[in-house]
Amino acid sequence: MRQETAQEKAQHAAQETALTEAQQARIDRWLAQYPPDPAGRRSAVIPALHVLQDDNGGTLERHHIAALADYLGMPRAAVFEVATFYSMFHLDTACGRHKVNICTNISCWLNGADGLVAYAEEKLGVRLGETTTDGRITLVREEECLAGCVGAPMMVVDGHYHTHLTRERIDEILDGLD
Amino acid sequence: MSQEKVTIEIDGRTIGARAGEPLIEAADRAGIYIPRFCYHKHLSVVASCRMCLVEVERAPKPLPACATQVADGMKVATRSAGALDAQRGVMEFLLINHPLDCPICDQGGECELQDQALGYGRGVSRFVEGKRAVADEDLGPLVATEMTRCIHCTRCVRFLEEIAGDQELGGMHRGEQLRISTYTGEPLRSELSSNIIDLCPVGALTNKPFRFRARAWELLSFPMVSVHDGVGSHLSVHTYQGRIQRVVPRECSTINETWIADRDRYAIEGLAAPDRLREPLVKRYGEWHTAGWEEALSAAVAGVRRVLEGHGAAGIGALLAPHATLEELYLGGRVVRALGSANVDHRLREGDVSDQEQAPPFPYLGGTIAELEQADAVLLIGSYPRHEQPLIQHRLRKAARAGAQIMALGLRRFAWNFELAEEHAVAPQHLVSELAAVAQALGERKQRKLPQALRGLPGGSVSEPARAMAKRLLAGERAVVLLGNQALSHPQAATLRALAALIGEWSGGRFGVLAAAANSAGGWLAGALPHREVAGRPSAEQGLAADAMVRAQLPCYLLHDVEPEHDLWDPAAADAALRQAEHVVAVSSFASERLREVADVLLPLGAFGETAGTYVNTEGRWQSVRGVAQSYAEARPGWRIWCALAQLLELEGFAYPDIAAVHAEIAGACRDVQPSSRYPAELRSSGATSADGGSSSAPGRASGQGSGVTLALAGAVPIYAGDALVRRSEPLQQSPLAARLEAVVAPETAQQLGISHAETDEATVRVRVQAAAAEALELPLVVSSTIPAGTVWIPAGLAERAQLGPPFGTVTIEAL
Repeated sequence: MRQETAQEKAQHAAQETALTEAQQARIDRWLAQYPPDPAGRRSAVIPALHVLQDDNGGTLERHHIAALADYLGMPRAAVFEVATFYSMFHLDTACGRHKVNICTNISCWLNGADGLVAYAEEKLGVRLGETTTDGRITLVREEECLAGCVGAPMMVVDGHYHTHLTRERIDEILDGLD
Repeated sequence: MSQEKVTIEIDGRTIGARAGEPLIEAADRAGIYIPRFCYHKHLSVVASCRMCLVEVERAPKPLPACATQVADGMKVATRSAGALDAQRGVMEFLLINHPLDCPICDQGGECELQDQALGYGRGVSRFVEGKRAVADEDLGPLVATEMTRCIHCTRCVRFLEEIAGDQELGGMHRGEQLRISTYTGEPLRSELSSNIIDLCPVGALTNKPFRFRARAWELLSFPMVSVHDGVGSHLSVHTYQGRIQRVVPRECSTINETWIADRDRYAIEGLAAPDRLREPLVKRYGEWHTAGWEEALSAAVAGVRRVLEGHGAAGIGALLAPHATLEELYLGGRVVRALGSANVDHRLREGDVSDQEQAPPFPYLGGTIAELEQADAVLLIGSYPRHEQPLIQHRLRKAARAGAQIMALGLRRFAWNFELAEEHAVAPQHLVSELAAVAQALGERKQRKLPQALRGLPGGSVSEPARAMAKRLLAGERAVVLLGNQALSHPQAATLRALAALIGEWSGGRFGVLAAAANSAGGWLAGALPHREVAGRPSAEQGLAADAMVRAQLPCYLLHDVEPEHDLWDPAAADAALRQAEHVVAVSSFASERLREVADVLLPLGAFGETAGTYVNTEGRWQSVRGVAQSYAEARPGWRIWCALAQLLELEGFAYPDIAAVHAEIAGACRDVQPSSRYPAELRSSGATSADGGSSSAPGRASGQGSGVTLALAGAVPIYAGDALVRRSEPLQQSPLAARLEAVVAPETAQQLGISHAETDEATVRVRVQAAAAEALELPLVVSSTIPAGTVWIPAGLAERAQLGPPFGTVTIEAL
């Protein structure tokens, strides 16, 4: 009996840590675009993390990192470095249905981004990096330049750019999210 | 890097340099110090700390000296107003988030940040805002963290990636949040991990066991040599009030560069183990009594005399640890010979020494350690240097990174930290025939025939891996063939030596033996052998080798720093022999339960650092050290103990005034000894045993009785189990590399045992292991495809498996 459970546990662990065939195929398409050496395989780490994050409801878990590191032949710590460096990856945190990134880099900051962040935080009742209790919106951690300076202040909601923000525009956009 | 010589000027001094070398290296060579944190000569250049900013003529702004390549005519100012200003600016930034906890920081007094803040910083901080704090991480029992002190130089990250071979740490998050971490919180697994303590320029990573023991300026530093493998890494031992407090590496570019293994650093934690022998003990009527030295020595001598009278000199045998000093090994051997016996040996973990008559003066690496990194094709036979000689592994890894084809022919697959060109694991009874196949494949290409004594391939077929290995060896211009610890303790080690030497010769390269212990080579020179005296002079009388001594069940054994349940090739036979013996004298630093059971007299021996002596490493280099620590309680240096025994036994020629006199005698005798790694195959007298080891029962088949499966047994001594001191080091024993006693089998074998089991690292099933007539042993079972089918891998050198006998053999296994 004890042996059975242990076996199941091992199988379960193996399933959990493995990449699915479909995921491997999608990662392989990215790998094909880089040189076939170890350095080239490393180059695919960002798109590959996106593949795993998209399949997992917008967040990454540690076992994804381990499986991807093994697949790409990278040290695990190196994949953790990438996954923790970019604000577009959400490691070890539950995310809401919508991700809102308010830029606070120099152009937006000069145009009052700090006040907008404070407004959004108050409106949603969460701080940067947190998710509303109803699981609707994640206010992504402090965001650096998102390359929309021409329309500062700006934010990105689920990959879509919204420029020339005001409190009213923020109300409008956030209230429109389901 | 080009070899082109150029001339540059630093601070007005004209110096020569190689075009393209880092400016900081040229400055270091000229003795011009440029401050630095992230730069290290053995690590890649990242120029992340900016501390080494200097002014270069015609450059628009200060340049980092570590990442600036030297060019002809370059004019550099390291102390100009502009350079000093830049350095001061960097220093101020570095100190913004650094806590001012120097009074309670272990690094205080030997801290690069402290020194450079004094030398290059400003006296007053202008920063009044709050400093950041970073959560600590538990990196295991060896390295303590205080990550708030980290300045992100990334030396530790680069070391683990570039030298240790597995990037276990990384720079997580970014900007203000950047922190050095494993992220997962797992302990470091590298056998070289603790070098990051020395690399860390601040107090972020410190020596965990040493924490708060002493301040850097209270310590006295003495040069020392490591005694835990045949490399002989250079160490500095730091003492406080006569006690060893810590060990740090001492630079030696030709042996250990600036690194040491964790084993070299933390073994000292075993020095004050609870079972350390404090004073001489004498057993009377089965009870131990504390005795003075005089009384204990008299008891030891009286017993020896009784045996001499009752059984003659041949009844006396001495087993001397291969990590004892050269002087101890020499005196031990001479005492036994002066008594009329030749039963003396230091090859405690070797089972086949049948080639000893033809053997070279000592087991020799065949060249220097540093040369290994120049090799372009390497064949490792029964060797896992990563755990056996970690700094040999470092050289091999450097070779591999430079493109060398490194191949392993062994008894299982291991977790190498570089890409192997070939890895072939075979059951122990097939190792000889596989190696013969490599030789045969070489012979076919070179039109040479294997000597008669080494033939015996079934059908003369050469396996694919053997052919590939031969091909790669021949393709190499600087081929190296190395025999490791597992091959040396193989039951057909002599045949392996002959074949490996032949392969080395035929591949046009060099052949070498990787010495397992600090004086595996020295023991040969010192004459701690049954067939040779000092400097390889033939022994007048032929004695018994270590294993034969054990099997002969002599009436009297003299042990020097030996724990029979761990250190002998066949611990089961050793136990039986010592139990039946009339008189056992153990010169030992520790008194384990088992040793107390079998010994009659225990003489406390000065341990590492407490005694002067000489070690001869695997490349034949003699290294003498002084005793630097106070003797522990009543413990005395081994050479004095042997001299005292000799004098009480009224033997001539043991009145040495000091250890230098003993050393001079050995060194004088060995003056003309030429190292060699020739093991002439043609001269082998005993004739090779049949290629398949002649084991009667074919492993891998279900045996008659019960549901047991007969398997070939193989095993190696784990990295932290090699000697008494290492075994008693708590931090090492708590680390992830500490030995786990388990039986490991291939998935196919597991199926034979009736266990359909996914491959897993964790043992979930237990098995009963039975060797010969011994009592069965219950062990956890691990299934791993690193093990050849039909083999069970059980670590050797562990007391708990002593009843299984030698590391190799045949066992029956049954699932529970």
